[in-house]
Amino acid sequence: MKIHNTTGGRIFDAANYVFLAVIGVLTLLPFVYVFAGSFATEAEITRRAFFVWPEQFSLGAYEYIFSTPAFIRALVTTVLVTAVGTVVQLILTVTMAYPLAKRNLRGRQLILSLVVFAMVFSGGMIPTFLLIKDLGLLNSYWALILPAAINPFSLIIIKNFFQELPAELEESAKMDGATEIGILWRILLPLSKPVLATFALFYAVGIWNDFMSPLLYLSDNSKWTLQMYLRQVTASSDLLGSGNVDPNYIPPEQGIKFAVIVVATLPILIFYPFLQKHFAKGMLIGSVKG
Amino acid sequence: MTTSTVDVKAPEQAPPPAPAPGRRRRFAVHFAHYKWLYLLLLPGVLYFAVFRYAPMYGVSIAFKDYVPFLGVNASPWVGFQHFQDFFANPDFGRLLGNTLILAFLNLGIAFPLTIVLALLLNEVRLSILKRTVQTLVYIPHFLSWTIVASLSFLLFALDFGPLFLFINSVLGTDIDFLSDPAWFRPLIVLQEIWKNTGWGTIIFLAALATVDQDQYEAAIIDGAGRFRRVWHITLPGIRSTIIVMLILAIGQMLNTGFEQIYLMTNALNREVADVFDTYVYFVGITQGAYSYSTAVGLFKSLVGIVLIFGTNALAKRFNQSGLF
Repeated sequence: MKIHNTTGGRIFDAANYVFLAVIGVLTLLPFVYVFAGSFATEAEITRRAFFVWPEQFSLGAYEYIFSTPAFIRALVTTVLVTAVGTVVQLILTVTMAYPLAKRNLRGRQLILSLVVFAMVFSGGMIPTFLLIKDLGLLNSYWALILPAAINPFSLIIIKNFFQELPAELEESAKMDGATEIGILWRILLPLSKPVLATFALFYAVGIWNDFMSPLLYLSDNSKWTLQMYLRQVTASSDLLGSGNVDPNYIPPEQGIKFAVIVVATLPILIFYPFLQKHFAKGMLIGSVKG
Repeated sequence: MTTSTVDVKAPEQAPPPAPAPGRRRRFAVHFAHYKWLYLLLLPGVLYFAVFRYAPMYGVSIAFKDYVPFLGVNASPWVGFQHFQDFFANPDFGRLLGNTLILAFLNLGIAFPLTIVLALLLNEVRLSILKRTVQTLVYIPHFLSWTIVASLSFLLFALDFGPLFLFINSVLGTDIDFLSDPAWFRPLIVLQEIWKNTGWGTIIFLAALATVDQDQYEAAIIDGAGRFRRVWHITLPGIRSTIIVMLILAIGQMLNTGFEQIYLMTNALNREVADVFDTYVYFVGITQGAYSYSTAVGLFKSLVGIVLIFGTNALAKRFNQSGLF
């Protein structure tokens, strides 16, 4: 298509480009400020209203937080819970998606209908909380992993993906005497590596970012995750009316808040390019149809 | 909510192997043949039974007086008592008002902004600029609400935050963004815009890519300018996507996002901040009124289901393709 641009069109284009560039920069600005601030001295943070480059580099905030046992504990906990949770989610989702992809399996329709119903209706916060309590999972890290272990949307998407793989692959493997589990392990999984890697990233981001589960299920603050720790550090004491923050806690200096935000954000930013490679496609599989 | 992609009604292919006499016998043969598949299915089915369906059964405490040591089963029935209490409680009107105001602010401001941003991005022919801007505006979607709230606390902090100081230098007055109840809603909408507007454009950009390019050429020959092309071709071309997204948004209206609201709630703004989700938490988890708060949660999800089916029926009546 060739569009001969008019003068008005060119002015619009120029204005549009500038506007979008400004939007892009504005989106990133809060984080640039926090990143710069985390490397600045306490004096500079309080003296300068806004900056994107510190006058004097200082690692003081990072030295402080990385010598704080509570922070280290929260960081290690979050990394472990994220890793284990992602593996558990992947295993449970794949093992359930594979049999559901077999169209001639009895009971498949019933199970699929129940999965779809679980997307529309859920027990809600309190019944789920009482279940976790009755299972004895309060203050257990499993409470952060198990309740959301299978996402029905991803389950259906992965099931559809398995279903669309050519059936000949499986048939020839069966002729060679492969079992169902052998087929899944040696043929389907290698083929679905990119898809599963995408889901693994999304699961990991979800667990890393989760604030509601630790808030609900971990009352013991020695078990807090990074998001809970971040919440305690950045919500200044005079604003806290919503509970779950240790009253004996002394609010830290500004630089420490900046540094903790950076540590909580950095893994997401590091993995973002990999996420971005896939999410547009992943989201379209799930959402656009007609 | 994308039930449209689920092929629940997919036709059964290939008949089960070895048709044997008797249904039970046939199933036994089928089961023996597929025992590994059923074994693989087991953990997932157990998960759904325990973590999805057991809580649905637990919803029955909304009609009971839940006593922890009696459990869900043995607690006595009270019928609709908790619902009556809730509707009679002055909290009800306040929660409904707060929830709806936030929902309409998001629908009225954040939703159109997403479409506008998608349209502007769609007009960009310089692909490096387009990709760079997209990369930047998608990022906040992946950050947690804890980070968004923390950034807000820093940026708007009294006497210290850059945005506080900026507004102060422009207007000459101190505005306590974080605890003044009047600023709670603008802040929530601002956060929502920052976090999700960019991400929301993905779906509209995908729809925009499917708009028939020939129509533009025809319109140019007819002398239609940039804005008239957008108005008469582009927007009608993505109308069904806009309607579907609107239905989804309306269906989610009462889901104000627990984490976001909870993190921005404080002792001074509770009056305007409390919504159904956070109320369930405060009354249920922190005060232990399990049955009552379950009733509130159930009321909310039932209204949500009515909303999504209602708007879908409405969309169909206007001769648009609905969701289902």
